[in-house]
Amino acid sequence: MLAAIGVEETAELFAQVPEPLRLNRPLSLPAGMSEAEVYERLAELAARNADCEEQVCFLGAGMYDHYVPAIVDAITQRSEFLTPYTPYQPEISQGGLQAMFEFQTSMSELTALPVSNAGLYEGPSSVASAAYLAIGATKGRRRFVVSRGVHPHSRETLATYSEGYGATIEEVGLEDGLTDAAALAAAVDGETAAVFLQSPNFLGAVEDVEALAAAAKQHGALVVVAVDPMTLGVLKPPGECGADIALGEGQPLGNRLDFGGPSFGFFCGSEELIRKMPGRIAGETDDVEGRRGFVLALQTREQHIRREKATHNICTAQALNALAATIHLAWLGRQGFRELGELLVRRTAYARERLAAVPGVELLHEAPVAREFALRLQVPVDRVLDRCAERGIAAGYRLGREYPEYEDGLLVAITERRTRAQIDALADALGAAIQAERGDLVGNSATKAPGGP
Amino acid sequence: MATVESPMQRERARTIFEKSKPGRRAAILPEAEVPEPPLQELIPASLLREEPPRLPEVAEPEIVRHYNRLSRRNFDLDSGFYPLGSCTMKHNPRLNERVAALPGHARLHPAQEPKRAQGALELMWLLQESLAEICGLPHVSLQPSAGSHGELAGLLLTRAFHADRGEARTKVLAPDTSHGTNPASVTMAGYEIVKVATDERGGVEMDDLRAKVNDDVACLMLTNPNTLGLFDENIAEMATMIHEVGGTLYYDGANLNAVMGQSRPGDMGFDIVHVNLHKSFSQPHGGGGPGAGPIAVSDRIEPFLPRPQVVQRESGNGSGPTYDLDHDRPKSIGRLRGFQGNFGVFVRSYTYILSLGADGLAEASETAVLNANYLKARLAEGRAGKYTPIAFDRHCMHEFVLSGKPMKRELGIATLDLAKRLLDFGFHPPTVYFPLLVEEALMVEPTETETKESLDAFAEALEQILAEAEADPEKAKQAPYTTPVRRLDEVKATRKPVVRQPLG
Repeated sequence: MLAAIGVEETAELFAQVPEPLRLNRPLSLPAGMSEAEVYERLAELAARNADCEEQVCFLGAGMYDHYVPAIVDAITQRSEFLTPYTPYQPEISQGGLQAMFEFQTSMSELTALPVSNAGLYEGPSSVASAAYLAIGATKGRRRFVVSRGVHPHSRETLATYSEGYGATIEEVGLEDGLTDAAALAAAVDGETAAVFLQSPNFLGAVEDVEALAAAAKQHGALVVVAVDPMTLGVLKPPGECGADIALGEGQPLGNRLDFGGPSFGFFCGSEELIRKMPGRIAGETDDVEGRRGFVLALQTREQHIRREKATHNICTAQALNALAATIHLAWLGRQGFRELGELLVRRTAYARERLAAVPGVELLHEAPVAREFALRLQVPVDRVLDRCAERGIAAGYRLGREYPEYEDGLLVAITERRTRAQIDALADALGAAIQAERGDLVGNSATKAPGGP
Repeated sequence: MATVESPMQRERARTIFEKSKPGRRAAILPEAEVPEPPLQELIPASLLREEPPRLPEVAEPEIVRHYNRLSRRNFDLDSGFYPLGSCTMKHNPRLNERVAALPGHARLHPAQEPKRAQGALELMWLLQESLAEICGLPHVSLQPSAGSHGELAGLLLTRAFHADRGEARTKVLAPDTSHGTNPASVTMAGYEIVKVATDERGGVEMDDLRAKVNDDVACLMLTNPNTLGLFDENIAEMATMIHEVGGTLYYDGANLNAVMGQSRPGDMGFDIVHVNLHKSFSQPHGGGGPGAGPIAVSDRIEPFLPRPQVVQRESGNGSGPTYDLDHDRPKSIGRLRGFQGNFGVFVRSYTYILSLGADGLAEASETAVLNANYLKARLAEGRAGKYTPIAFDRHCMHEFVLSGKPMKRELGIATLDLAKRLLDFGFHPPTVYFPLLVEEALMVEPTETETKESLDAFAEALEQILAEAEADPEKAKQAPYTTPVRRLDEVKATRKPVVRQPLG
């Protein structure tokens, strides 16, 4: 090979790198290892995590421990789906393109909006992407009104991106677990590009999106609603509630937890927004002999064609994760998807009632919920979490970090994997933990030295 | 040109929705085990959905057949040579998939308390340290989800860096050869893009750069080696020029596969680098993701990194370090996404780094450069040399660009035709029509995981196609013939977009 190139050694090829810029030493990294050794090292790291096989997991906050059917793994691990690049050559990418088309159809059905893209990175950055679209769609308005019920990660991501957009954000608070409708109506004005809602919101409460959307629409702002896709078999879809854009975190559909990613974001909108959408969109067409086929449609929106005038900068997204969702949704099917939604609502209702009856626990709000709910604990939440962890239970998500007003708040999530027995065990663990903490609190105050710090 | 239909061509595409029959299903759900009141007793009827979404009704065997059939209508890296320039289509080791699927990784909830996710945080910290060493920059954030997300992060970091010094700059410079994501990210970050010309050797035109550098410049974005596959020898001078006016230097890491263990962006003077873990670090591309685009930065950029940041803390009791998520970063630009990033990708890429080690990574880059130069030499011979000459004829790094201009002029076939004919020969074509400044461009990146035999076979296929085109240019113009569908009407798909299956 060197002879064909006309050099003596490979080093000559690196002559174009100026000498002072060459590393000229080995990287300060360990030497390579055999496959068996690497496996052991990674297994050792994995063993030091409390995963959902080791703990009964009531954590949610946007990502949920659903059962991923075996066919999802079997199909997504096929080389033909796992290893191609983005389908720039449609004639040899019909499988991936048709899968995108099916994904778009499924997401369009779930949200009841006519247009879906082929997926974005994940939930919160999809919220920020909708904001970018809204600036363009409202001819340069740069003000966003955001419910405090929107996922804190989404709100923070929107704030990060808004520094680049030159946009401002006004937050609307919650009343009894739900977005304060009067405050929202007052916050929206003629400069507002978009209003951001989430339902169920971060506290698990099902919002009356229709009523909230009406207020936003008066001033021509886009209504953007983040939704939990797993609830859309039973909850009224955003497209029937006046949403212009429905989006969200796709993980519950066919994707494992993976400590937070990779998953995907979905992004659906009204017909008028199709040429402003971010990301890939697969479209149907014909080949020269009239066969049905699929291509990346409307590519003139995208960065590789449109460069600085593109609707978004996204290139590599999450195609394989969207495929996993497509397969999972086909596996659940029309009936199964509905039944799963009903199961979540009923088990959640049972769990909410069961846990609220535990002494020292009360409901944080009484709004309707679908699959997640918020509690208040009369003893420090982190101590309770530790005590439950000792019993092999991840009791839920501590609300205090992102909601200082709910320092005593615990968010509990239910999936079809959380059995009645596990919910009962959580109730027992919470009860015991609270009792033990109360004992400690009493003990502490009894032994506290007078005049001490 | 009419051809005999292959069995796959004869079978028309039908979506899973068209295979639906009422009442069929795959999933069996667990029993409720709890009281089952009507839903309206739990949630007001006005908030409930009346009709379930019209998802397909199909039994499991049919779902499996359907998607297996679709899979056969894809070309993939495991089936053949995929020299897609700028995309680094290297082998995806299956060990990476195996360890990523371990329950301790795959079923770890992202909101798990750090003290019960020490293995995951340590892995992330080790990956941060590894990427810092490879990039020659001390601090890494793993948060960005892909290259373009890393670019946006870098530009927002640049904005925060200048704002912290009381400055509001408006312009970002990038060469005319840059990836499309660069200018798109610049606009999203609220800057104006200013294009810099390319000189006759394929590097940045220094006079043009000099004329455009002033104290309104926030940042210069570069890929080095650039999208022509050439290392820009003037990089040190450019870095000095930008730093003198107070700007930052951003490295688009799409081409890092050329320089791992050979040369480091930090040593070249870059302040911010993104790394495409789905390119250089073997995360499978998945037909368009997932990827991850961690960023490595210099000391002066570090205070602004996204939060949370994975940190190592000394335990103080002699039991070794612990790992944590640091949210307390007052100057941080904030979050770029939910939770901690695409952890599953981190597992695969860290596994890859452990497998190759220091020497292996350096050797990977060396072999990538060797393979590219060998294939370039092969394509300088014969008809390829005549019809698709190399655009900038000198040693390349990991990729190179050909121009199909003489082919178009003399044979009447365009780069697109050549690409489509390559499909009939079982090859994925190179990246076409990019970079924009090369007419009828073909950008070829073979990667280190290809054998000499596959490079030779590609060169021979090109020779054969060009010989065929001398005799009968129509053959290429009508190609492909053997693929599941033939050339598709992309204009129709855009003029009257049909983007979902209509349901009756």
